[in-house]
Amino acid sequence: MYNKGTIIPGLALFVLFVTFPIWFNGLTTAGDLPKPELPPGGEKQCVMPADYMRANHMRLLNEWRDDVLRDGNREILEIDGKTYRKGLQMACMECHSKKEKFCDSCHIYAAVEPYCWDCHLTPTEAASKEAIH
Amino acid sequence: MDKQRRKFLTIAGASVLAGIGAPAIIKLTSSDAVASSGGHEAAAGHGAAPAAAGHGAEAPQGVRLGMVIDMRKMADLPGQLDGAIAACIKTHNIPEFPDTKNEIKWLWKAPFENVFLDHSSYHSSKRVATTPFPALCNHCDDPPCVRACPTKATFRIPQNGIVAMDFHRCIGCRFCMAACPYGARSFNWQDPRPYIKKYNADFPSRMKGVVEKCNFCGERLALGQEPACVEACKGTGAITFGDLNDPKSEVRQVLDSEFTIQRKTNLGTKPSVFYIV
Repeated sequence: MYNKGTIIPGLALFVLFVTFPIWFNGLTTAGDLPKPELPPGGEKQCVMPADYMRANHMRLLNEWRDDVLRDGNREILEIDGKTYRKGLQMACMECHSKKEKFCDSCHIYAAVEPYCWDCHLTPTEAASKEAIH
Repeated sequence: MDKQRRKFLTIAGASVLAGIGAPAIIKLTSSDAVASSGGHEAAAGHGAAPAAAGHGAEAPQGVRLGMVIDMRKMADLPGQLDGAIAACIKTHNIPEFPDTKNEIKWLWKAPFENVFLDHSSYHSSKRVATTPFPALCNHCDDPPCVRACPTKATFRIPQNGIVAMDFHRCIGCRFCMAACPYGARSFNWQDPRPYIKKYNADFPSRMKGVVEKCNFCGERLALGQEPACVEACKGTGAITFGDLNDPKSEVRQVLDSEFTIQRKTNLGTKPSVFYIV
């Protein structure tokens, strides 16, 4: 074999490079599934089952937005004895009060940047300027 | 050859004349026909339409929220308008920009001659001349801003007559600002957050590039509360709020017993905010 000294290390480097995602995820924590922090208050009940919320929370938020703003349907939901006002700030963040530990954990993992927070206030932000309620 | 050319030119000329003339003739004859056959109906229809669209009685349909502002009572307690404005700012996370060119106005103060451009302020009474008038979105029954909005970000809620906004949809084109004859809409030229003094955790802020205006406190009404400005003036009777279509409502009692004026009624926007001057 000619140029053995170049080809074999070259091949080894190539394989190492091509399999980068596999061993990088195995060796580091970058590929670990995100673990969103459950509500600090210990609430176990959500407006919908966790499975549904995991897959469809964005759809539910859009439905609530249209209900509240467009159709004037701001009815207060009562689910298993607990009442919820329709709204990201008024329902979701009441329990999931740490956006950075809950929303962001998956959104950063999935590289999605929802623009909710351009206008909506996270509980941390709302508390930063002396909330009135 | 010559004969054929002459023939061709004659036919072509006649066709052109017929082509130009025919529509005009059809128009003339058809309008004649309408005038002769349906004259009565047309006349009756034309007579009735402007009356209904103008200042005549409107057939009330559903709830139409409105407001009466009593300037006599407003002048009695000069501080209460400031209180109402402060309540509005607090409730809706309205930024207070130091430069008035960036001002975000939901409820604001303006002199009589600015609020009522088409009313003479020549030799007006001392109270009218010196008291600042509150101005806000008139929640028109026929809102020009809604017609102008290309994305339907602003719309009239049929259930209560509020001219509402969906900030999610606003693309910041500012057509609504050009369309609104009352200057009731403001544009966020910069990020409003640093200029919001206190946050209300139940209401969002807005972002740069979005138009905003008074929403008649739709979110408070849903909870059975009165609009923030009405609540701030509670007990003085300076602002009365309620359903304009309900003959038993408090606003209607005031409207029935007092002479009120509205802003720029000649534009046909049918404002829902009334003033007792």
